[in-house]
Amino acid sequence: MSHSHATRERPLSPHLTIYRPPITMTTSIVHRITGGALYFGTLLVAWWLTAAAGPQDYFEFVNGIFGSWIGQLVLFGYTWALLHHLLGGIRHLIWDTGAGLEKHTASKIAWANVVGSVVLTILVWVVGYMVRGG
Amino acid sequence: MADMRTPLKKVEGLGSARDGTIHFWRQRVTAIASIPLTLLFIGFLIAMNGAGYAEMRAALANPLVALLIALMLISALIHMRIGMQIIIEDYVHGDGGKLALLILNTFFTIIVGVVSLFALAKLAFGV
Ligand code: HEM
Repeated sequence: MSHSHATRERPLSPHLTIYRPPITMTTSIVHRITGGALYFGTLLVAWWLTAAAGPQDYFEFVNGIFGSWIGQLVLFGYTWALLHHLLGGIRHLIWDTGAGLEKHTASKIAWANVVGSVVLTILVWVVGYMVRGG
Repeated sequence: MADMRTPLKKVEGLGSARDGTIHFWRQRVTAIASIPLTLLFIGFLIAMNGAGYAEMRAALANPLVALLIALMLISALIHMRIGMQIIIEDYVHGDGGKLALLILNTFFTIIVGVVSLFALAKLAFGV
């Protein structure tokens, strides 16, 4: 055995504190989180339908909550969660055919998922407010 | 290593849970159905933004609107119940807790569905 010492430190395997998650990992987790958020979000749909089916003063009450700034914030987040999950779902369906799994392609689609969800969410709200104004 | 499965097991392809890939498949079918249905729903909400009580009720009583919302709900509820089951099975390992959450998952889905569909029916049939 020779006494050769390493001149540089040997590389360690990636450690959690320095590991930069690839975008595909982030979107995978976000797909699950948005799925879970949409799950509980169905309560808002059920509540809103119940209010519309009920007496007017109760409908106005619920409308007031949905229309408040916090209500609008929640609904904005809800819109984004749905659109992100929808686009992510399309991504899954593409993968299911065996396409789009190559590393760089997958990263590009993941970025498209993130950017697309934000752009579409803003679009929905801008159009929504334009309709309301007009 | 020798394959321990019998020829019958292989032909059935059902695996140890005995229902094969039905959850996977249903998750995909409801995903596909949910794409146009949720997009239409978003479109409906945009169009109805700012509508008052009477206007909203009239729109929801329209058969086409009511049926499309009902279809969206059914598709999304089947889809989300399977999805939540997968999440529970991934993270909850104690048998008791897992069983309790799986049952709650079913209850939640059915209650949200029945309440929503009842509201739609009430609006449609106007009583
Ligand atoms: C709008 C169209 C939608 C599409 C295309 C879609 C697509 C998908 C797909 C392909 C999966 C499986 C992901 C995997 O195998 O890891 C999934 C999971 C899931 N989805 Fe959806 N989905 C949609 C809407 C919804 C809605 C409206 C809800 C809830 C109300 C929902 C809740 C969930 C949940 C809870 C999961 C499980 C998440 C996980 O396992 O990580 N999805 N979705």
